[in-house]
Amino acid sequence: MDRPDTPLAELPMDELIVCPQCDAVYRLRRPAHGERASCERCHTALITPRRNAGLQIIAVAVAVMVLIIGAAVFPFLTIDAAGASNAVSVLDAALAFSGGPMILLSLATAALIFFIPLLRVLLTLYVLIPVVLDRPPARHAVAAFRLSEELRPWSMAEVFAIGCAVALVKVADLADVGFGPAFYMFGALVILVIAQDRFLCKWSVWNSLEHPKTS
Amino acid sequence: MQMVRMELSGTSQDIVSARELGIVACTRCNKPAPMGTELCSRCGSKLVSRDRMSLQRVWAFWTVGLMCYIPANTYPMLKTRTLFQVEESTIIGGAVELAQYGNWGIALIILFASVAIPLAKFMAVAFLAISVKRRSVTSQRQRYYLYEVVEYIGRWSMIDIFVVAILSSLVQLKTLAAINPGTASIFFALSVIFTMLAAQAFDTRMIWDAQTKDEGLKTND
Repeated sequence: MDRPDTPLAELPMDELIVCPQCDAVYRLRRPAHGERASCERCHTALITPRRNAGLQIIAVAVAVMVLIIGAAVFPFLTIDAAGASNAVSVLDAALAFSGGPMILLSLATAALIFFIPLLRVLLTLYVLIPVVLDRPPARHAVAAFRLSEELRPWSMAEVFAIGCAVALVKVADLADVGFGPAFYMFGALVILVIAQDRFLCKWSVWNSLEHPKTS
Repeated sequence: MQMVRMELSGTSQDIVSARELGIVACTRCNKPAPMGTELCSRCGSKLVSRDRMSLQRVWAFWTVGLMCYIPANTYPMLKTRTLFQVEESTIIGGAVELAQYGNWGIALIILFASVAIPLAKFMAVAFLAISVKRRSVTSQRQRYYLYEVVEYIGRWSMIDIFVVAILSSLVQLKTLAAINPGTASIFFALSVIFTMLAAQAFDTRMIWDAQTKDEGLKTND
């Protein structure tokens, strides 16, 4: 099995790994848990396995789902100025663009900060739960995971969270602004979304979808 | 966290690209396949060794993004109504106004985040697209690093739109004050989205192809 001197060209395809960013070819060597294999040339992380990563991701995904739904329903900022007051939720903010073509912007905003993040969490759970339980992959799990990866750059809940902070600074001079419960939920959401991206090793997921453990 | 180096065929100097070995790799799931395979057997993505249409799509999205960026700056971004007056301010106008009131710090941050960064992104994407066609003095690693920065920053530019959305929904205080989004917001959002699409359309593997060619030239000379 171990023939370190064999030229890459003569190795079978399943013993090779190719960097998706720079096309460099390497002999596939699985790193141990907690180690990361990255491309020598462009330093893209190729395989980053972690012990119990599946369970951790599922736990984080459930937490993210609860937070996204909670953050959408509860008000996240309240304002008070000379007797007039107002409280807004995320969906209120998304629907702020109204009238004519602005409605498209409302739909896009709602999708970017609420529906796409939620969909990605649901897809992640759908793909990973059978894998972690050592069951055969769910139906269309491959398409589900691909969609989830394609949507990754368009999931902007954490960008919105930082936007809250910026908006806060801008109106702080004009009126009394208070935080609603959803504001703290968004704070937690930012950290969890970053954690989820760190735990997830795409290569391991693809590999287990291709070679499901038969128990 | 420990780093593991993938095993190479020899020393770290001779990195071979999949294309040279007659292999086409899936950019979505990294699985290699013989050249000529059309669909990835693992994830079903389309396989192309080098995306020939990549640059055309980059330039198309880039142009639309730039076109949208012009009205994003000429139309008002926010309409502020207070007790006695209605005020419409563009991105730059708003920043200038803040500076006049003495808020130099915030004005500079706004100018940097909403003007300098979008313009820098346009220039960076154009530079990358041109550099894979001509020989570039900038090293491959630096150009790839530039690409990573552009891709990372791309989505964060939506923050302006989200701030407008938050302000417009929050500041609705009946007769006292109200903020409403201006026409520029839709163009700004489109500009951000098309710049993101342009960056995504760029096939990064082309950056490293140029390197192999350059080295070939050097040894031949």
